[in-house]
Amino acid sequence: MSVDIAVIDYGMGNLRSVSKAIEHVAPTASVVVTSDPAVVAEAGRVVFPGQGAAPDCMREIDARGLRQAIIDAARSKPFLGICMGMQVLFEHSEEGDTACLGLLPGTVQRFPHEAMHDDAGNKLKVPHMGWNNVHQAMPHPLWVGIEEGARFYFVHSYFVQPTTPEMIAGFSHYPFPFTCAVASGNIFAVQFHPEKSQNDGLTLLGNFVTWNPGERDTACDMSGAACA
Amino acid sequence: MLAKRIIPCLDVTNGRVVKGVNFVELKDAGDPVEIARRYNEAGADELTFLDITASSDNRDLILHIIEAVASEVFIPLTVGGGVRAVGDVQRLLNAGADKVSINTSAVTNPQLVKDASDRYGSQCIVVAIDAKRVGDHWEVFTHGGRNATGLNAVEWAKKMESLGAGELLLTSMDRDGTKSGFDLDLTRAISDAVDIPIIASGGVGNLQHLVDGVKEGHADAVLAASIFHFGEYGIGEVKKYMKQHGIEVRL
Repeated sequence: MSVDIAVIDYGMGNLRSVSKAIEHVAPTASVVVTSDPAVVAEAGRVVFPGQGAAPDCMREIDARGLRQAIIDAARSKPFLGICMGMQVLFEHSEEGDTACLGLLPGTVQRFPHEAMHDDAGNKLKVPHMGWNNVHQAMPHPLWVGIEEGARFYFVHSYFVQPTTPEMIAGFSHYPFPFTCAVASGNIFAVQFHPEKSQNDGLTLLGNFVTWNPGERDTACDMSGAACA
Repeated sequence: MLAKRIIPCLDVTNGRVVKGVNFVELKDAGDPVEIARRYNEAGADELTFLDITASSDNRDLILHIIEAVASEVFIPLTVGGGVRAVGDVQRLLNAGADKVSINTSAVTNPQLVKDASDRYGSQCIVVAIDAKRVGDHWEVFTHGGRNATGLNAVEWAKKMESLGAGELLLTSMDRDGTKSGFDLDLTRAISDAVDIPIIASGGVGNLQHLVDGVKEGHADAVLAASIFHFGEYGIGEVKKYMKQHGIEVRL
């Protein structure tokens, strides 16, 4: 059986929600949750989720021999990073002073304690947990059908800081603007959880399962104004 | 801006949703999957299931319910009740829960909170604290408010945060089922003492109580059961009211 969509399982958290949401938007696709590098290599597209702490994530990726398979997939096929699966694509995380995969230029930092209050002086909690507005910084096939400023569900204490602003696909505020979506070639990665973000989340996942990065212009033509 | 969350709570026993009044009398309010679907469509920000099944024979029913709900409802699902070991956390997460709430076992075995958050991440570990006013402070109670622990609730909240809890579900046992509003002093004391989000619970009787929980209690989320189940207020109505009172919500 050929695998259409591989959800990479490296022992970091619950992947059930991710696979169920993808099965929901791609009912005829074969969706496999896997920690086998060969299955990741064979899959048509790859979802790279993850929860927990960066040092554990990197350790578990290597313990399963998945590092090269992830790098190869991110360079060659539609690839969606979610939450920790976004953060470890970058070079370095402040969390546990961890060297990450280095597929994207930039670092991962914690919400700085001294900045965590709103205009009225109220304390803002970390983790940043709940539904926040996502502002689209570029047109992209994965944003098609999703309103600018739509709310997605977040839960995280660290955020990415890309060194190339051109790859910022979306940002949110807590309380300052931070990058919550990046796009680079066939990689799209988000800090929020589309699998837990109700209709807009399902729309994004639905866009991913039909996304052909090489045909981006065509996808934009078909979708009309969203990519104009 | 981050929205304050509105969380309906479904108390489940033997596969059916009920809501205790002061945790004693129970009314049957229906089918959990149907209720979850309805709340999702109505715009609930998360759903919490508390399994209060007494018989261990029927404890696995909650797993089937969570599996069914998680297949069609794509918002965060929290499940609590009877979580005693890391294996219980794992079973609930595998069934489709996004967060697991630990209550009594956090008191009897605080290491469980640390072990579970180390293993699965703080983001999926909620510690439920049932507190009751005793003299000039609040004390932690277990077993639905029957057993005193001698623990100071504010200190306990800080300890749970340090052990890896990602969120606290705080219930005032003085107010639960009374419809007289949250214990705002308790909610604020704990919310201000920790950096992690607080879900306020226990005592909601009207819309202003929810506003007060956020504005005066400094809650990050509000949880209620009976005002939603029995159709007194809809989720949309609650959110509209909160927005009118200057609270950021997801509409």
